[in-house]
Amino acid sequence: MIKAILIFNNHGKPRLIRFYQYFAEDMQQQIIRETFHLVSKRDDNVCNFLEGGSLIGGSDYKLIYRHYATLYFVFCVDSSESELGILDLIQVSTIYIFMTVFVETLDKCFENVCELDLIFHMDKVHYILQEVVMGGMVLETNMNEIVAQVELQNRMEKSEGGLSAAPARAVSAVKNMNLPEIPRNINIGDINIKVPNLSPF
Amino acid sequence: MPAVSKGDGMRGLAVFISDIRNCKSKEAEIKRINKELANIRSKFKGDKALDGYSKKKYVCKLLFIFLLGHDIDFGHMEAVNLLSSNKYTEKQIGYLFISVLVNSNSELIRLINNAIKNDLASRNPTFMCLALHCIANVGSREMAEAFAGEIPRILVAGDTMDSVKQSAALCLLRLYKTSPDLVLMGEWTSRVVHLLNDQHMGVVTAAISLITCLSQKNPDEFKTCVSLAVSRLSRIVSSASTDLQDYTYYFVPAPWLSCKLLRLLQCYPPPEDGAVKGRLVECLETILNKAQEPPKSKKVQHSNAKNAILFEAISLIIHYDSEPNLLVRACNQLGQFLQHRETNLRYLALESMCTLASSEFSHEAVKTHIETVINALKTERDVSVRQRAADLLYAMCDRSNAKQIVAEMLSYLETADYSIREEMVLKVAILAEKYAVDYSWYVDTILNLIRIAGDYVSEEVWYRVIQIVINRDDVQGYAAKTVFEALQAPACHENMVKVGGYILGEFGNLIAGDPRSSPLVQFNLLHSKFHLCSVPTRALLLSAYIKFINLFPETKATIQEVLRCDSQIRNSDVELQQRAVEYLKLSSIASTDVLATVLEEMPPFPERESSILAKLKKKKGPGAVSVSDLDEGKRDGGGELNGAGERGPESSVVSTPSPSADLLGLRSAPPVGSAAQGAGSLLVDVFSEAGPLAPASGVNDDGFLSSEDSAPPLPESDDPPCGPVPFQSFRFVCKNNGVLFENQLLQIGIKSEYRQNLGRMYLFYGNKTSVQFVNFTSTVSCPGDLQSHILCTPTKPVDPLVEGGAQLQQVLNIECLSDFSDAPLLNIRFRYGGALQNLTLKLPLTINKFFQPTEMGSQDFFQRWKQLSLPQQEAQKIFKANHSMDKEVLKAKLLGLGMALLENVDPNPENFVCAGVVQTKAQQVGCLLRLEPNIQAQMYRLTLRSSKDTVSKRLCDLLAEQF
Repeated sequence: MIKAILIFNNHGKPRLIRFYQYFAEDMQQQIIRETFHLVSKRDDNVCNFLEGGSLIGGSDYKLIYRHYATLYFVFCVDSSESELGILDLIQVSTIYIFMTVFVETLDKCFENVCELDLIFHMDKVHYILQEVVMGGMVLETNMNEIVAQVELQNRMEKSEGGLSAAPARAVSAVKNMNLPEIPRNINIGDINIKVPNLSPF
Repeated sequence: MPAVSKGDGMRGLAVFISDIRNCKSKEAEIKRINKELANIRSKFKGDKALDGYSKKKYVCKLLFIFLLGHDIDFGHMEAVNLLSSNKYTEKQIGYLFISVLVNSNSELIRLINNAIKNDLASRNPTFMCLALHCIANVGSREMAEAFAGEIPRILVAGDTMDSVKQSAALCLLRLYKTSPDLVLMGEWTSRVVHLLNDQHMGVVTAAISLITCLSQKNPDEFKTCVSLAVSRLSRIVSSASTDLQDYTYYFVPAPWLSCKLLRLLQCYPPPEDGAVKGRLVECLETILNKAQEPPKSKKVQHSNAKNAILFEAISLIIHYDSEPNLLVRACNQLGQFLQHRETNLRYLALESMCTLASSEFSHEAVKTHIETVINALKTERDVSVRQRAADLLYAMCDRSNAKQIVAEMLSYLETADYSIREEMVLKVAILAEKYAVDYSWYVDTILNLIRIAGDYVSEEVWYRVIQIVINRDDVQGYAAKTVFEALQAPACHENMVKVGGYILGEFGNLIAGDPRSSPLVQFNLLHSKFHLCSVPTRALLLSAYIKFINLFPETKATIQEVLRCDSQIRNSDVELQQRAVEYLKLSSIASTDVLATVLEEMPPFPERESSILAKLKKKKGPGAVSVSDLDEGKRDGGGELNGAGERGPESSVVSTPSPSADLLGLRSAPPVGSAAQGAGSLLVDVFSEAGPLAPASGVNDDGFLSSEDSAPPLPESDDPPCGPVPFQSFRFVCKNNGVLFENQLLQIGIKSEYRQNLGRMYLFYGNKTSVQFVNFTSTVSCPGDLQSHILCTPTKPVDPLVEGGAQLQQVLNIECLSDFSDAPLLNIRFRYGGALQNLTLKLPLTINKFFQPTEMGSQDFFQRWKQLSLPQQEAQKIFKANHSMDKEVLKAKLLGLGMALLENVDPNPENFVCAGVVQTKAQQVGCLLRLEPNIQAQMYRLTLRSSKDTVSKRLCDLLAEQF
């Protein structure tokens, strides 16, 4: 089972946190810091798997992570039997392809996802995640299906229209306002991610 | 056109986020957040009712603030309100807030449940999905109570939309994980299995997770899933990559689903149905074949997906452990990956090989990669990979390569990452012990370990080396020499000082002959380390000093001088002070005899499971040390290194306390230790058998020096206090009293008397330790049909509590119904310091006990002898003498047998003849015996004749062992 999904940037700023096992709020933040510390010190061409930090449960957990441009995507999964003796292990190799599916889906939904998208559309990212993972279990792995669901949500949002549709231009204005330079596109693997030079905040 | 309309959003939210981003400092950010929190709070508390949009906006802001690491302690109510909105976006954010921020014991759950109930009943699939998500994400018990009955219905209802089915399956799974008792199996179970055949792959994916979980707890109810899963898998594997359209991922058909199917199959043994099994093996072969095919795409996703399936397939092959061909193929495939340029693949290959190494079919194949793995340990840049390499080396280690692997691990330790050193140390210690052929190698290895990674050497490790040195007298001299040399190093680790202190204190005399390591040199060497050590080590050293006084009287003056100095005798640490005072006094007033008794060499430790293994297991968490590891430990480590068990001949009848029970005992031992909390830190009080002197009686919490070792032997026991005295069935044939069994914990004495076909046996259970045995039970059983031959009943059950040093008596009434050859079994169980001890012994009850001697003259004897001349009435054995052939000894033995020894009957005075009647309830069996010794040849011929063939046979067998 997936215990947590964390996305943070190169400075350790959380961009999405989702825990599927209860941890108190301050503990969640500590886990994020610890995890950031663990993955950020690793070189880029080492492997993508490591044992969990002590806060989240040590070697009973595995971290599967990927580093895309400014963002780290980290999935934390069980690597031993659950307390009920139920084996619900997902091989790291399996979760790894799934993680890629998730990132590719984000990329498709946002058309070249970048860190700013995650910031300004935190709710949307959550909704996409919700189509993919449910209660720590994988719900759907077919990207087209996920995208179709997201589009459906979108249409419903539009149809409810009214006020929520109005401030569209305002958002993009705000977005551009913050960018010191035009984002450049960097090719990482197969996923295009715009890498704006973000000032950490 | 992106799926997410980036433009649509909430203006206030975007502005707030921009503000935060523009903050130049952390303080400014906090200020801005506090301002916003105050604003939202006032809005929520305000008189004006907020519209849905505003509520949504504020809740979203709160979520953002939460993400930044600030506690959110309000807004929950507003979020709950949003749940009952009719607008999708409002409902959605409400559920999101609750999923992220509400923990399972919130008081709001009841309100939330209400909203969920409405949404589930709404028949609007989108709302239903939102509700199901919320249940799955919160997964509390209240929710399980409320919905565990409803969700299975939704899952299997014919008219449920696919997307809802998908969510319902996972939701049910989550509830089953949190509250398995609330999810009741029922009529829906069989229908869930058939979801494996569903058209919609998403439904299959979700259902398979559910089934995998349920079938682990209810394997029988879900058995049918095996054939369904195999056929589904076979369809996927054999399909062209385009058949599954959307579920094809970079030319690999449905990789996730394949992995899940393979995982499900790992919950079951190989299919019994030949056709199903054949199909599955075919699938596995196809998967292995595909790994060899050239890739259909250069993209890394393609190979990742392909390999994910391959690794899961290999797991299944390992799980079945029955197809040597596949296992070896798997191993070869992994071998290729070991050298792959992708780090991930190397990592995964090492990990899978670890499990492969435990299979007997592939262990050898794994071993062929040893050089590659060692190389990985040395050269991998990534600590994760190195760690897996170390794990694999540990798993592939056996007698043939142990020296090489241990050497490599030791050399790696010098540079190993700090995070894995402790584990490495434990592994080296275990391997060294498990595969030690000569003990000097073992001692060298452990001392090296302490030298290289002293800080990471846990107490268990050095306790263990001492246990082994004490139990093996052939290594003691070497150990003393080696520690003495190791202590020469100017800086040596405190653990080394501990081992050195202990070993020299016990066995320093073995090297004292060499002037370079004369007693005084040894003492000075130890004492030079004294001041740098911590209190427990100093305490140990003080004990070593007093042992020196006993071993080497010439050091007495020097040591007394040391003890007498203020830093000892007035030490602020109460333990050190007490030891100094008491040892000083002891050495000055006690006679050498007393000193020699009090400070006698430590008795061997009882055989026990290595505590290091328990430690490693604890460290790695359950599941990390496989059961096979432990089994192997028992097999190899247990039998070989622990001297105690080897000292006496093993008797197959005795099952000494089972190692696994003992292992558990080690972990549950702390309660005993905590009783002596004050002394708890002084685990090193190793000389506590000094009895009245040592205030901290050697109780500790790791089972190493638990008090059993230091308990005085029972007063009435004259036997040496160590080493189990195994029950040898023949010892009691000719005698009725004696010690039936003895080990470190327990002594069982026996007294018996017989008259006619009746008997009475007194068993005395002596607790040799100072700790009480609890739950003490002893039961007598007659295996097989023995029951119909002999009755053996205790007069009353034994007292369940045996105090330390106390003795318990039990009386057995015995009645012989008819002749018998087997003996009743006595089973004893009790808990000692938390560990269950289990012991089964054969009672020394043999047919000859019911002999009635019959005196008769020569003529009479030979007349009867002739009467019993049928071949089956006679049993004869010719055998070599095992014991003295002295006439008087033989006479005594024959008298003990219970028959009448007839003098002047046999024409040859060297021969013996006896006569007796076996009294059983059913009949009386007359017996005649003739024993003809041949002193020159050191042989006997033994002949027995009786009216019953079984009696002749049995008596002949019994007696042949006696002479």
